Amino acid sequence: MRYAMVIDTLKCVGCSDCVVACQTENNVPIGYCRDWITETVSGAYPTIELELKSERCNHCENAPCVRCCPTGASHQLDNGIVLVTADECIGCGACIESCPYDARYQHPDGYVDKCTFCHHRLEKGQLPACVSVCPTKCMYFGDLDNPNSEVSKLLKNRKWKTLAPEAGTKPKVYYLI
Amino acid sequence: MTTSRRKFIKISALGLGGVAATTSTFSMFGSSSYLNELVKENVSKKLKITPTYCEVCFWKCAGWTYSDEDGNIQKIIGNETDSHCNGRLCPRGTGGVGMYTDEDRLKTPLIRTTINGEETFREASWDEALDLVASKFKDIKEKHGAESLGLLKHGCPGWHFEHLYKSLGSDTIAEPAYAQCRGPRETGFGLTFGSWVGSPEPTDIRDTKCLVLIGSHIGENMHNSQVQEMSDAIDNGATIITVDPRFSTAASKSKHWLAIKPATDIALLLSWMNVLIEEELYDKEYVEKYGFGFNELKEYVREFTPEWAYGITTIKPEEIRKTARAMGNAAPSVIVHPGRHVVWYGDDTQRERAIAILNGLLGSWGRRGGFYFKEKINVPNFPHPEYPEPKWGWKEIGEKYPLAQMGVTNEIINASIPNKNNKYSIKAWMVTGTNLIKSIPDTKQLKEAMDALEFMVVIDTMPTDITGYADVILPECTYLERSDIVRSATNRHPSIAVRFAAVKPKYQSKPGAWIAKEIGMRLGLEDYYQYKDFDEVIDWQLKELGTSREEMEKIGVKNYPRTSRPMYLNEDETYEFGTASGKIEFYSHELKNLGFDPMPTYTPHPEPPQGFYRLNYGRSPMHTFSRTANNPNLNDLKSENNLWVNPKTARILGLKTNQEVWLKNQDDIISNFSIKVRVTERVRWDSVYMVHGFGHDNKKLTRAFGKGIDDTKMISKIFVDPIMGGTGMRGNFVSILTENPHKTVEL
Repeated sequence: MRYAMVIDTLKCVGCSDCVVACQTENNVPIGYCRDWITETVSGAYPTIELELKSERCNHCENAPCVRCCPTGASHQLDNGIVLVTADECIGCGACIESCPYDARYQHPDGYVDKCTFCHHRLEKGQLPACVSVCPTKCMYFGDLDNPNSEVSKLLKNRKWKTLAPEAGTKPKVYYLI
Repeated sequence: MTTSRRKFIKISALGLGGVAATTSTFSMFGSSSYLNELVKENVSKKLKITPTYCEVCFWKCAGWTYSDEDGNIQKIIGNETDSHCNGRLCPRGTGGVGMYTDEDRLKTPLIRTTINGEETFREASWDEALDLVASKFKDIKEKHGAESLGLLKHGCPGWHFEHLYKSLGSDTIAEPAYAQCRGPRETGFGLTFGSWVGSPEPTDIRDTKCLVLIGSHIGENMHNSQVQEMSDAIDNGATIITVDPRFSTAASKSKHWLAIKPATDIALLLSWMNVLIEEELYDKEYVEKYGFGFNELKEYVREFTPEWAYGITTIKPEEIRKTARAMGNAAPSVIVHPGRHVVWYGDDTQRERAIAILNGLLGSWGRRGGFYFKEKINVPNFPHPEYPEPKWGWKEIGEKYPLAQMGVTNEIINASIPNKNNKYSIKAWMVTGTNLIKSIPDTKQLKEAMDALEFMVVIDTMPTDITGYADVILPECTYLERSDIVRSATNRHPSIAVRFAAVKPKYQSKPGAWIAKEIGMRLGLEDYYQYKDFDEVIDWQLKELGTSREEMEKIGVKNYPRTSRPMYLNEDETYEFGTASGKIEFYSHELKNLGFDPMPTYTPHPEPPQGFYRLNYGRSPMHTFSRTANNPNLNDLKSENNLWVNPKTARILGLKTNQEVWLKNQDDIISNFSIKVRVTERVRWDSVYMVHGFGHDNKKLTRAFGKGIDDTKMISKIFVDPIMGGTGMRGNFVSILTENPHKTVEL
């Protein structure tokens, strides 16, 4: 089991529903977020391209945040999900510095917080909140080890990219382009 | 009363606040996210799930409210069986919980008063406030007739107060949704197909081969199921053609983006007709069977070649031909979308006629992938006596506009300004569910009307700008705290949805249904309110519809099979359209007889003078109307609007991204607040763009006050559609000020 998220940038309209759904699902305090939207504009009027996408923790196979954590609070499950055990986190911020995706933030209560792929929902057989709410259905979630999963098929049949591949982190969030 | 009585009250109401402690929704959870998950697992077992339908915008998506025993709402999730949302709410619906938790909400009834020469609001009990409203209404009715009571409304609360008004004998009712929004398309499509477009639009986007958007920015407007279906259309490989001077989100998803020069759309539409007819790409069989006046149209558009349109629209002839052919090839599975907010330049009904005619040529009305025949179920009205017949109402007030099919707000506003030529005179307003300050252009006229009123009551959940002008403010509870009218809407199949109160109303707020009834009872309208509370009405209606509260509590939405007719036209049928000729009217005798052009004509519109830029405005997916900017969840996503400026313009003016600027329009109206510049290639050099609904004036909106600019304030020049009274708002020009024009005032 290797969880991955696939996001179709050709369909995303950047509405931020994934952001607010994550906030209400995971009690993320107002003013903070575990996922966010980026907008990239290239070209000049009237030959322009626009890419909208939803970003979050990439649950990297080679996760720098896990390696640099002095207490082991940042850890990786067998299914690839990277988590922070808040009780073990001393809020040193090393992981925040090490993340090439700027995916972590310090919770007002002191510990470091980030996307969990909604593992509490996965355990109940539900999809992550962001995936389940997206009005454009541009987000997909599943198991890369299963060649018949939707994510495996999409990555096989469509052109895709990952963010900051040069960092060598082997991210598990893929963008269809 | 003096005119200054209507002075906008900006200071805090005396004693406001501290009425009820704000409960923190999430304080119950521990401080660790790991613990949070554990605690939440336990808590979630106790969460109550209540059906609702959303009231943040007008799409009315059905969902489920998750709340705990302490009255905290944890989240709102879409109902999977609902055709408006398919289980996926939009960001506003998901963030609807912020409407409930917003600590700036109206908390008690408020009455305008003068203390030490200073106008303010004081808190009042419900009895005192309702007695005052009822006595003022009674006085005015006796003196001037019930017709002189005007209602300006929107949404569900509007429904309850409309019943109150009609029971009282007043039909002086209007909503900005017509003359400030979709009126021209309803009239334009009505004239052509004999049928309104309605809401949700019966556009078969999920099955279309070609979707044409004329300035419609689906994806930035989050009309939920349409956004979802546009995404399906992308998956299905549909060709999307977007006509917009701005590179909208939809434009970025399109195969063809036609970067049209603003205000020239009708020229493009006429040239598309020209190509479809000249190249014989139109649906001949359909046009022959259902078209009326095709030969006149053919003759008329002969001269409107793509070369002619090029000089007007700046769109190259080959692009016009290529896109017309794409439509022709996809026909009849093609949608030239009517749009929604279509009051632009004053010839909007004619532009909508042109859009409707194109659909007629392409044979898309009543065809798969075009427009389907919608169907809805009628929710029976709880029995009450016949409404008294008013001597005059919205129709007479708007008689200047022969084809206005709903109340024209601006005419009601006009009739409220004392003038010896006024045939109809309005003395009091009730305003509910609409923030008129930001929904009605020409603020000067609006304020003149409010100054002249004898009485004005505003019913809202939030201290929006309009509440500052009221004599009495009544705090409505949010949709999450009330049981409400049964939703029935047109769609592929009929359905109903219920809204039951998930939690008790916060503070002293009350449901609109209760407020309306309380006023009605005080006005002696008992016969129109023969029930204990609105729950009794809902139970009765559900029974009539063959269901029950118990069932609806479990399912939230009930879908019914179609019974009227198939969704699409059959080849062997002969369908009669609801027009005078029974056919699709390319040529309109009705318009001709009223002195209007029987077929749409292109008229040039004014262009911005040197140093000015056309002010265009639109929507952001995180906000709606001008009523969500203070919602803590949605404010967190987007707290202010930006002024989009093309890099060329920015270079000339020396503007940088995030620089603070002010705007001054052609009538020397200066923006109250500043706005941050966003330098982007996504906008033309001759226009600037901003999202509607920011720049709030009311300090009681602590998060939204003074953030960004209110586009409506800058729209002082309106271009009225002579056919139906719509207020065209896209012909205002602004100059950009880099120095604070209010500085001297502040010193």
